[in-house]
Amino acid sequence: MKLYWKCLLIHLKSQMQYRTSFWLLSLGQFFIPFSVFAGLYFLFERFGQIKGWQFYEVALCFSIIHMSFSISECFARGFDMFSSLVRKGDFDRLLVRPRSTFVQVLGSQFEFTRVGRMLQSLIVFIWALANLSIEWSLLKAATLGLMIASGVLLFTGIYILAATMCFWTVQGLEVANIFTDGGREMAQYPLNIYQKWVTRFFTYVIPFGTVNYIPLLYLLGKINRHELLYMLTPLAGSLFILPCLAVWQFGVRHYRSTGS
Amino acid sequence: MRVYRSVLKLRLVNGLQYRTAALAGVATQFFWGFIIIMVFEAFYEHAAQHLPISLKELIQYIWLQQAFLVFVTIWFRDNELFELITSGNIAYELCRPCGLYGFWYAKLLAQRLSSAILRCFPILMVAYFLPRPYNLILPSNFETFLLFLMGLLLGLFLLVAISMFVYISVFMTMSPMGSLLVFSVLGEFFAGLVIPIPLMPDWLQKLAMVLPFRWTADFPFRVYSGHIPEQEAMIGIAIQLGYLAALIWLGRIALNGALRRVVVQGG
Repeated sequence: MKLYWKCLLIHLKSQMQYRTSFWLLSLGQFFIPFSVFAGLYFLFERFGQIKGWQFYEVALCFSIIHMSFSISECFARGFDMFSSLVRKGDFDRLLVRPRSTFVQVLGSQFEFTRVGRMLQSLIVFIWALANLSIEWSLLKAATLGLMIASGVLLFTGIYILAATMCFWTVQGLEVANIFTDGGREMAQYPLNIYQKWVTRFFTYVIPFGTVNYIPLLYLLGKINRHELLYMLTPLAGSLFILPCLAVWQFGVRHYRSTGS
Repeated sequence: MRVYRSVLKLRLVNGLQYRTAALAGVATQFFWGFIIIMVFEAFYEHAAQHLPISLKELIQYIWLQQAFLVFVTIWFRDNELFELITSGNIAYELCRPCGLYGFWYAKLLAQRLSSAILRCFPILMVAYFLPRPYNLILPSNFETFLLFLMGLLLGLFLLVAISMFVYISVFMTMSPMGSLLVFSVLGEFFAGLVIPIPLMPDWLQKLAMVLPFRWTADFPFRVYSGHIPEQEAMIGIAIQLGYLAALIWLGRIALNGALRRVVVQGG
């Protein structure tokens, strides 16, 4: 763990060397989801609601998934960029060091410019919360925290899976984007607006539903039984990362260097 | 003209090599299209008032958008050109016995064209055979289809002319990320990539009508679905031609201005 913090600090310092470029890129990261959010706003202006969900409710949904996405992209960038490690044969170097490969890959890269994206979703988050009348309790506040945390773990899990594929394919797979970018895009609306099979797949196989949709039902008072169960779903969703880690270990054991 | 044509051909062949990448792109875009359609379906379900575009027309719009995504996105770029400008290798390009604007234009055009050729047919084909109401349908008559093709092609020319400005601006800024971001966020929004133009609020639609971006892709797609009638489509094509001439003229002036002040540092 100490090693990880050290890596983080070094990367932060090195990225801060190019300060103007850093802030400009962060600013850009701010505007990309901003235009998506503007689109969402205009759609609600025209239609008023989507299957009974109001604008601020969806805005909350949107901000939570985007926040988790930006955090995971910042800290799990190492796995996202993993294919280049394998292709250049640099992964061999990590293997001979007496530390776990997981920490080393995780610490190999950070993308701090995502702070712009984070800020954008944070503003939406606060705006949505200020306009929703939720009866706050300690449990509900904890649920919000859990939702974001489980979102981060979920995205990280997908990055790890995609990285593991590189052991066999060497090249990075664009298809993984369906589940990271696509998943993010999809989960910015409550999951029940989609067809049944989509909802099922993204609740039980890749649990995007447990990150924001199901706990939101509890948070917004849309259900009145089994509240505790709904509240704890983010925890269940977080379990997704365990098989991902197992697959990673399996992949590392079957690694064959490209030899370059 | 022959030089430009051979540049175009070479680049086309080059671009067609990346078939696996294109296949992955097709899968992604397919998924994307489905998600967007389902979101709009949910929106339309309880919509009370009269809407400016029907769901069926919207579905045509979205599939075409996914199939011809490289005709819309400014983000899709040639990093080689950026490197030429920032590294100073532009000096070699200037030695070539042909105009730089036309040379780069042909290069960029070929890139988009080859990428679109690889991606559009699988998407269009599968979208056509999907169960209703998700399927793509043929336009109502042959004239509409011809108008669509013409609009699409002119739209592509227009988009390349717009993207030339991104490359020209790098002469000033020396870093492509900034202008790419501004151009792509604004351009893609006003080309209807985030939400279709007819669904925007009125004041925004007026703004979009003035800007050149919507003529690149939004216009031909709506001609296809019949949302823009043939008479209007003819006028639209005239407007496209006007914009194209203006943008190429401006682009040439800007590029020549930038080249006159270009400083190539040794190295």
